[in-house]
Amino acid sequence: MTLRRLLAAVAAPLLGSAALILATLPGASAAAATSCAKASLTLVHPGQLTVATDAPAYPPYFENNKPANGQGFESAVAYAVAGQLGFSSSQVKWTVEPFNNSYTPGPKPFDFDINEISITAARAKAVDFSTPYFNNPQALVTVKGSKFAHVTSLAALRGAVIGVQEGTTSLTAVNSEIKPTKQVQVFNNSNDVVNALRAGIVQVIVVDLATGFYLTSGEIPHGIVVGQFNAPGGDNWGLLLTKDSKLTACVDQAMAKIRSNGTLASITKRWMQSGAGVPVLK
Amino acid sequence: MTTTRAQRQQARRRQARRSVAISAASTAIVVAGIATAIVLSPGWRTIREFFFSWHYFKQVLPSLIDAFWLDVRLFLIVEAIVLALGLAIALVRTLRSPVLFPLRLACTLFVDVMRGVPLLILLYLIGFGVPLLGFKFLPTNEAILGGAALAMCYSAYVSEVFRAGIESIHPSQGAAALALGLTRGQALRDVVVPQAVRRVAPPLLNDFISLTKDVALVSILGPQEMVRVAQIFADYHFNYTPFVAAAAIYLVVTLPLIRIVDLQRRRALRRQSTLAFM
Repeated sequence: MTLRRLLAAVAAPLLGSAALILATLPGASAAAATSCAKASLTLVHPGQLTVATDAPAYPPYFENNKPANGQGFESAVAYAVAGQLGFSSSQVKWTVEPFNNSYTPGPKPFDFDINEISITAARAKAVDFSTPYFNNPQALVTVKGSKFAHVTSLAALRGAVIGVQEGTTSLTAVNSEIKPTKQVQVFNNSNDVVNALRAGIVQVIVVDLATGFYLTSGEIPHGIVVGQFNAPGGDNWGLLLTKDSKLTACVDQAMAKIRSNGTLASITKRWMQSGAGVPVLK
Repeated sequence: MTTTRAQRQQARRRQARRSVAISAASTAIVVAGIATAIVLSPGWRTIREFFFSWHYFKQVLPSLIDAFWLDVRLFLIVEAIVLALGLAIALVRTLRSPVLFPLRLACTLFVDVMRGVPLLILLYLIGFGVPLLGFKFLPTNEAILGGAALAMCYSAYVSEVFRAGIESIHPSQGAAALALGLTRGQALRDVVVPQAVRRVAPPLLNDFISLTKDVALVSILGPQEMVRVAQIFADYHFNYTPFVAAAAIYLVVTLPLIRIVDLQRRRALRRQSTLAFM
């Protein structure tokens, strides 16, 4: 142990107890009364905000599979929320949480999870969601030359072999809005969905619109977004927290703040392509 | 004083009854203890809600049974292919003719590679690779491609089971068959293989039980078989009850199979009349 480390190790608890004494002073109690003051937040690891997402983390939500670089839509949203809660960038720690594990009962290893998770009433029985930070319609993606490349209605897609990613709301949207005659093919992750389209295993894939734009800009050679459609009730994404977490209300406050001060809109504008040019199919 | 045969039998029956009673009592105590510990655990209410929700169980069961039909078809067809292919590979590997060396080499390589590659990777290679080849005569149906990958993997294991069985038959059997005037082929077909198959029936059934569960892996290629349907439901509702329901359906199929394996094993032992001493 170097001298500097030793000093730090001794100094940290001292400073901590000093802060505690300060907090108990009558003058400091006003700050502690607002429950969302950084010091009073209930955190998984004290002093840091632990944020989770799945790995690999895909664009446009994350860039270069590095959530901690602040690049990409969801990374930027996470840092904006963290900033409102009083955390500096270096106090935000990322952890990997596969989607399937994110709703396990009991305490979670993160303060919030940001992973393109759609808010539904059934899910909200098992976990807490923040207010939505994004609304994302479904997109139909195929390749140029496909017989489904120029469809103008959802009914025209009923005979298509459609691929979706497991755990997404796309499957529900397809079953309720398109009602395909052939069974929908379900894949583990978006890479497999893409490969299935490239290999011709499926004719059309349904992903959220933002992912559709990303995939057709390079991942799928000759890929095109045929159209967009809405699942019943829309598709809103929220931050996922432990059920009845004390943090939820504070995260909602932070979310409301970045919404009202225009931060969320500018992040969305920077990272997410507008869907205005894509025909809405019915 | 000499004990009569009837007295001896009576004493033995008494002893048997007593040991059954004791084992039943001890089992009841252990099971009740574990059940009580689980129910009294601090997390029991959460566990019951997340894993044993009757509401979700009722809701998901019909769709699971529907999806299970795909699994059943898959493991029955794949098992038939596996038995045929496995036996063929095992037979090729027992041949000693130098002309057939390339064939033997190919079989050895196949078995080594198939046993050495994780099944999941094999499924990806076959499932996504074969359609990309673009040949019109090859299937692009993912259930068929997944079944082919399973058949390849399991044939390799099963061929080793058959080979062990063939090699366990004493050489004198083959020699005697040849001495009786049978050809090598006839000796193999009528003398060695029937005895070998009988001997390896329990491990073959064991592999079959393993296969019935591994067919669920085909779902990574897209088909909605039972475990996938359970996963979709679980991810949609954020509740794990569908997995428990799927496990229950599997047990309905695998438990009888497991009992049959056990019975087979006892029969084999009794045939060798060793059971009397155990």
